[in-house]
Amino acid sequence: MAMPDWLRRLREKDVSAEDAALWTKCPACGEMLYRKDLEANLSVCTKCGYHFRMNAYDRINTLVDADFVEIGMEYLPGDPLGWVDKRSYPEKLEADRVKSNLSEAVVTGFATLDGFPVALGVMDFNFRGGTMGTVVGERITNLLEEARKRKLPCIVFTASGGARMEEGMLALMQMAKTTQAVERFMSDGNFFVTVLTDPTTGGVSASFAFQSDIIVGEARASIGFAGRRVIEQTLRQKLPDNFQTAEFLLEKGHIDLVVPRAELRATLVRLLDYAVDRKRVAPALKAVPEFAQ
Amino acid sequence: MNVIVEREKGPLAELEARINALRERGSGDSSELEEKYRGLLTDLFGSLTPWERVNMARHPKRPLAGDYVDALDQFDELHGDRHFRDDRALVGGFAKLNGRRIVVLAQQKGRDTKENIKRNFGMVSPEGYRKAKRLIELASRLRLPIVTFVDTSGADPGIASEEHAQSEAIAACLVALSKATVPVVATIVGEGGSGGALAIALADRVIMAENAVYSVASPEGCAAILWGDAARAPEAAERLKLTSADLIGFGIVDRAIEEPLGGAHRDAPAFVASVLEAIDQELRVLEPRKPAELRDERYEKFRRIGAWEDDSRARLVTALP
Repeated sequence: MAMPDWLRRLREKDVSAEDAALWTKCPACGEMLYRKDLEANLSVCTKCGYHFRMNAYDRINTLVDADFVEIGMEYLPGDPLGWVDKRSYPEKLEADRVKSNLSEAVVTGFATLDGFPVALGVMDFNFRGGTMGTVVGERITNLLEEARKRKLPCIVFTASGGARMEEGMLALMQMAKTTQAVERFMSDGNFFVTVLTDPTTGGVSASFAFQSDIIVGEARASIGFAGRRVIEQTLRQKLPDNFQTAEFLLEKGHIDLVVPRAELRATLVRLLDYAVDRKRVAPALKAVPEFAQ
Repeated sequence: MNVIVEREKGPLAELEARINALRERGSGDSSELEEKYRGLLTDLFGSLTPWERVNMARHPKRPLAGDYVDALDQFDELHGDRHFRDDRALVGGFAKLNGRRIVVLAQQKGRDTKENIKRNFGMVSPEGYRKAKRLIELASRLRLPIVTFVDTSGADPGIASEEHAQSEAIAACLVALSKATVPVVATIVGEGGSGGALAIALADRVIMAENAVYSVASPEGCAAILWGDAARAPEAAERLKLTSADLIGFGIVDRAIEEPLGGAHRDAPAFVASVLEAIDQELRVLEPRKPAELRDERYEKFRRIGAWEDDSRARLVTALP
């Protein structure tokens, strides 16, 4: 997939670093994968189908028609608790900014999918384990409020270890804040889809991830409330391999669909086609220059 | 081992015994001993660290949520999630507070091992949250205020809870509270552990007992997650900012109720009464409000909770009042 200009600009500085590592080992089957082949296959192992965790911008690139207009970048993390352990919280944030090339654990904005204008949020496990602090809460809430104003459908990809410890109760309260934004958005008759990717747990799982109209699980994603290790430690017993997988949740009736990464875009477009009147939502992004035709 | 219970042993227990003996005999003047006793209480409990408050919140004699429910004028329990079972860790039903009809929800721990097994140590399962959701919706339809008592180390993390969609149950309970068209007052009476506590605390007013704690994760859980060592819980408690004073500072809790020196259990009936009085006062303020006003104010209450840097990354912007 060709890299659009908006993504190239974001990526300029780390192309050389990416090239340095030409091969990646599949953690599931051990196969050595040529990085470019892996990227061309949407970061899914060409041998065994293992889904690597995806960077938010790469994910967006696999979904949108062309442009992606990011919103909410002005919300950046502070250090409300003055948290220090081995490193201070601002030091941890800075390290993750460098590592992930992200300003926080979620990227939000507008895009079109097969011509459908949508509000799109994508979480990224590479930034503080995708944990929800005040900025993730604020950006998700802001996305839902902006989508509600424009009567746009909203799609959020989740990937999260839960609430962010270093922001304490301010982080927990984001569950309440995002819940209320989801509730207002949906009560107005707008369409909300969540795609649960690996891993989706804790405070994100117990709020907006499971509050949508349609819940899609990405194939093989680990999804649950309590983390697998927490349960194993509490119960002192080993859990079956398929426990808390998307496939397990489908069987238990918790989610609507399990979809492999390669089919996600097409699935989302089909869902939008059923749920949303194309003519009605078409003008919604006219005011955004990138989408004005 | 509870550090507060340990501290209550020794000189304090001896003094208590001597005062009681003197009172029973009905002879002699105990006032000097009582003065000494008060002085000792102040020395021992006058200033508590966050970890000591965590232990106070878990004190075996601390009033439990059910003690507050028992002190209401009237209570009729309603059971079950209408799907699978009745979760005894979450008690709910119709009640009356100072003559006012309400719906009450309470997270109930046990006093002893036998009751703790029945109550699952106050850890609520999906069925409990579904019962709560049902009663929240009932309260909205009948226009009855909702009063909740929070006391849980966290939502149940077991295999069955995962199989029954714990995440969805909590998420749905939060939605029900955000839709509620009646006043909602939540009180953190002991431990407010994470999402399992918040599930019944998305409220118009959040009250907290002075020595209760309310945190994003239990100190043990936080220490295990961050440092792989649950034994560092006292250190996590220090960092998490989980005391009533901290949370009032953040605008997350509206009001703290002062406890007797040495903790709520030193005069449980009086403390329970003062909590119910505070709930009554808050309800009186909220009751005249129209459903839409209540919902809008509740939206704004949580909407503004956040702290982030502005564009310059220099100044901390806190969107609190």
